[in-house]
Amino acid sequence: MCGIVGLHLRDPDLYPRLGRLLESMLGQVVERGPDSAGVAVYGDVRRCPPGHAAVSLLLGGTSTEPADVGALIATALAGAGTRPGAGAGSGAGAAPGAGAEASPLVTVAGDTTVVAAPVPLDDLVAAVRRVLPAALIVGSGTDLTVYKGTGDPRRLAGTYDLAGASGWQGLAHTRMATESAVTPQGCHPFSVGADQCLVHNGSFANHATIRRELQAEGVRFDSDNDSEVGARFVAARLAAGEDLDKALRGLCERFDGFYTLLVTSADGFAVVRDAIACKPAIIAETDAWVAMASEFRALADLPGIDTARIYEPEPERVYAWQR
Amino acid sequence: MAALTGTDAAPSGAGTSTSTRTFDLTTSTVRELNAELHALPAPPGLPAAGAGGQPSGLAQPLGGVADVVPAAFEVLRPQGAHAIAAGVNAPVTIDIRGHVGYYCAGMNDGATVVVHGNAGTGVAENMMSGLVRVRGDASQSAGATAHGGLLVIEGSASMRCGISMKGVDIVVGGDIGPMSAFMAQAGRLVVCGDAGDGLGDSIYEARIYVRGKVGSLGADCVEKPMRDEHRAELAELLTAAGLGEPGESGESGEPGYDPAEFRRYGSARTLYHFAAHNSDAY
Repeated sequence: MCGIVGLHLRDPDLYPRLGRLLESMLGQVVERGPDSAGVAVYGDVRRCPPGHAAVSLLLGGTSTEPADVGALIATALAGAGTRPGAGAGSGAGAAPGAGAEASPLVTVAGDTTVVAAPVPLDDLVAAVRRVLPAALIVGSGTDLTVYKGTGDPRRLAGTYDLAGASGWQGLAHTRMATESAVTPQGCHPFSVGADQCLVHNGSFANHATIRRELQAEGVRFDSDNDSEVGARFVAARLAAGEDLDKALRGLCERFDGFYTLLVTSADGFAVVRDAIACKPAIIAETDAWVAMASEFRALADLPGIDTARIYEPEPERVYAWQR
Repeated sequence: MAALTGTDAAPSGAGTSTSTRTFDLTTSTVRELNAELHALPAPPGLPAAGAGGQPSGLAQPLGGVADVVPAAFEVLRPQGAHAIAAGVNAPVTIDIRGHVGYYCAGMNDGATVVVHGNAGTGVAENMMSGLVRVRGDASQSAGATAHGGLLVIEGSASMRCGISMKGVDIVVGGDIGPMSAFMAQAGRLVVCGDAGDGLGDSIYEARIYVRGKVGSLGADCVEKPMRDEHRAELAELLTAAGLGEPGESGESGEPGYDPAEFRRYGSARTLYHFAAHNSDAY
């Protein structure tokens, strides 16, 4: 099973309601994946203010208390200084040399800790890796926050304070683990490139082969998870200059297995299903938003659903929207 | 159709033909709705119905399903819930105002279920008899394994429509998705639009009529000539679905189709008969 919901807002008037809408959608796919849930939000200025970069962390593998993270990162940033404007594509707008005064904004949301600072993204990631080498980075970007945890997805939405989030795009995944343990690390979304996320319902058959190919090209992996291979594949294609549409068409050519995928980037939102399309998906569109879910009930409460264009994505066809 | 009696209509109204029992699924559960539907008296035509099952005040019905309507139900705000009106075996009419989730009207045996919206996966799956009408589109596996009755989808149906159908009649006003009528055993599938790839793969004795294009035919599925008896049964099915030729249509304002516009597909019967020259393969 597993449940997927995603919402891409076109109408800025809805931005303050993103979190509440996403939480309502998430609540309708709990039965599809009751053991854990992950959420990604784009544009939540509470936790990643304008001009900041944010890194979402799982501290499970460390002995560090979340309360100490802010001081550790601040020290690391001050010690290293920042490379003005060096963050590849980060465009964080941080003033040159701001690292010395950078005071990280730390949000603890259950197993996930989000650290934001007004520095280039690469500098923040480097600082995190230096002082918290055992922490797992589950999301990074200048506009993205990612949350992962185990337990009842409705309760997790409360832990993440999803209802309080504003933003322009978000997605959530409820997991029914079948092939690996129920852990925060095993939660989707997989976010392996700046401001990128991938959620997957299904399983890839030839992921080990593609993993080896990517490793030969120098790509590093955090887990044995098949979905991570899909995420790394897409990230590599995007890094090579392809857009979401082309990257996902490449994924369809290369990957065997079952999948409904929802992939998001700094400015895009895309859905694709395998040739057999046994994993469910439904899309609804209005002038105000595009939404995707595993089943209609997750879309039923969206504003304007009565006049939305509702359809099921066809097999091996990429549906992509640009901000 | 009887008048709406409000969300809090007394349950006692369920036994008469003069009131509509209304369920709002934002205030009631599917379980409550289905429990009431399952408690309805069985059809009087069946031996199992016994005496006392027939509500008082009704003329003893003598005709088919359409004449035996002890009650009408209306379901409001279904919000995509699963298993709405599944397992009903009474000749009742159920109007559902909105989109339904998985397995709506599954195992239906005699009821008339109208979905005024879209249907999720497996609408009317394993139907035995009765009528299920979807005014919008249907998701995957519509009418899967159904043995009897009529399933009408006025919009389009997604993949695997009529998979393993075992005697049901399915009429789709729009298109059907890939892999439809896979291993279809019996019954008729009528498609007024186009059919996706792999139509009728490994089909047994079901008959398929398609008015538009077929993406591709599945293994052992072939086009067959349209003879008079096929045009006659097709006309009958289109009329029953309300999509027959203008003038004979039961539904006003619906497009009417001429059976001559359709092509017929069925089994080449090469896959499920043992062939002596294949004996080495076993």
